[in-house]
Amino acid sequence: MTELLERPQSALPEPVPVQVTRPDRGKLLRFLGHRPGLVLSLLMVAFVLVAAFAPGLLAPGDPGVGDTAERLQPPSPAHIFGTDYLGRDVWTRVVHGASLSLQATVIAVAVALVIGGLIGLLAGFVRGWLDDLLMRVVDVLLAIPAVLLSLALITALGYGTVKVAIAVGVASVASFARVMRAETLRVRQATYVEAAYAVGTRWYVTLWRHVLPNAAGPVAVLAVLEFGLAILAVSALSFLGYGAPPPAPEWGSLVAEGRNYLAVAWWLCALPGLTIAATVLAVNRISRALDGEWRRFR
Amino acid sequence: MNAAALVRYVLRRIGLAIAVLWAAFTVSFIVLYLMPGDPVATMAGGGLDGEPLTPAELDALRARYGLDQPLIVQYGQHLWNALHGDFGTSVQSGQDVRAAIAEALPPTLQIATAGLVVAIVGGTALAVVATFTRVRWLKQALLGLPSLAVSLPVFWVGLMLVQIFSFGLRLFPSVGAEGPASLVLPAITLGLPTGALVAQVLAKSLDQTLTEPYVTTARAKGVGRAAIHLRHALRNAAIPALTVLGYVVGNLLAGSVVVETVFTRPGIGRLTVAAVGVQDIPLVQGIVVFAAVVFVLVNLVVDLTYPLLDPRIATGATA
Repeated sequence: MTELLERPQSALPEPVPVQVTRPDRGKLLRFLGHRPGLVLSLLMVAFVLVAAFAPGLLAPGDPGVGDTAERLQPPSPAHIFGTDYLGRDVWTRVVHGASLSLQATVIAVAVALVIGGLIGLLAGFVRGWLDDLLMRVVDVLLAIPAVLLSLALITALGYGTVKVAIAVGVASVASFARVMRAETLRVRQATYVEAAYAVGTRWYVTLWRHVLPNAAGPVAVLAVLEFGLAILAVSALSFLGYGAPPPAPEWGSLVAEGRNYLAVAWWLCALPGLTIAATVLAVNRISRALDGEWRRFR
Repeated sequence: MNAAALVRYVLRRIGLAIAVLWAAFTVSFIVLYLMPGDPVATMAGGGLDGEPLTPAELDALRARYGLDQPLIVQYGQHLWNALHGDFGTSVQSGQDVRAAIAEALPPTLQIATAGLVVAIVGGTALAVVATFTRVRWLKQALLGLPSLAVSLPVFWVGLMLVQIFSFGLRLFPSVGAEGPASLVLPAITLGLPTGALVAQVLAKSLDQTLTEPYVTTARAKGVGRAAIHLRHALRNAAIPALTVLGYVVGNLLAGSVVVETVFTRPGIGRLTVAAVGVQDIPLVQGIVVFAAVVFVLVNLVVDLTYPLLDPRIATGATA
């Protein structure tokens, strides 16, 4: 029953042999030249990163200050995303909200990666009853829808950007544990691991120096894919009101604020939501490119 | 057909289902009761009046909810009650958790069913057309749609539908749960990501089925392409697609949290949001376990229907 519930593991690449040759610039240009969508995605992600780390470059204004005389203005050259019910510039709020939303997403993926990775590494390396126990726990995590698991965690932890991020991260531990375990099982059969044992390397050194680096590749690809899912989950929880308290311009809560003015000001919901969608699409496109597309390209 | 093998198969599936439920209960108990923070303090602080309680009142509250007992005793007590279908009472309303869920279930069942219909009809249609067409760009475009659909935030899709079809074209109501018209937009919102999953799984399975020898045989005997596609391949391809049904139903239940909020409808989703808002721990645990029960039951039904659809599964023969 669970085969198809797993992430498409076949889509994960074989271990990438470490390339010693320098990256070929001509190949990179040709690769991107055939993929305008990928170029757009890279630009979008670059834009979000700039917005997160240097919001002032893209929107010099203050996201919390508005001119009530200019309230509910539709998009125009002066306010390209329009203004909200307090006259605050929506573009400025979206740009300044990027850091909060990105921060939550990074924490969520990090939590899932570290906890899931450790569970998978232990299960695959130690095997035996521990493997059985850990994988059964992972199966159970898959039986509870991720949103409900996140909500249960929020009930226990409380509100806030970081708590929402942790809740989303813990809810997506299961897929990381599965991929990491499968990779560890594969790598520990390798001759170099056997050789490490043969020369008397301690098990934890073997695990850290030999198994982990060679099993990490597919898990890293999964992490990029998980990024898109985490953006969606974090923004949904923030839309429901569990994120940072109101004045903070988190992307999900921007859409929630605009909801009350849906009939009179379409841009309040449409444009921040479109930003979320574009970011997720861009991240997913990049994860597809990382997922073997580059290696298959000649 | 080997009867003993079938009985063993059925028993193993039922045993597995019970084990998953027990574990789901345990996981939710750990999350809700062992996390840092005093449940009673948060329950008391989260109440509507919001007045701080005296230490004596807190102790009384602890005793009432059995929180003064050692954790393992609490766990045993809760598990024992849960086995009898008793998940305690809601801290917020004082209502029995089981009654609260049962009361909220019908409206959610409505949108979940409507969403499931949208997902299955839409997903199947997309998969069939995408695998049938010989126009390359159309196939590419259709197969790209599901990954587009899952990249859109569900709450945003719902609001945009309201914007266009309620406020713009005035076709459907934007909120509420009266009449079939109010069901259309929530069903589409809920069915979109689910339908994308159905389309992906079914298209993959159809592509695989079309390479089977019996398809070639039928083709050689002069059966038309459309007839092969719909009558032979689709039926066989649907069996692997059934495996995701448990996941699909779980998705619909989880999706109701956002969809019921967007469309201001009553149901399990709204109940969950309200319960999380006031840290109503027994109610949240009841809902989580309920979701696991639904997931396990659907999977059990799917697993038990399998041998009827495909006898190779019970006998252990490989395809």
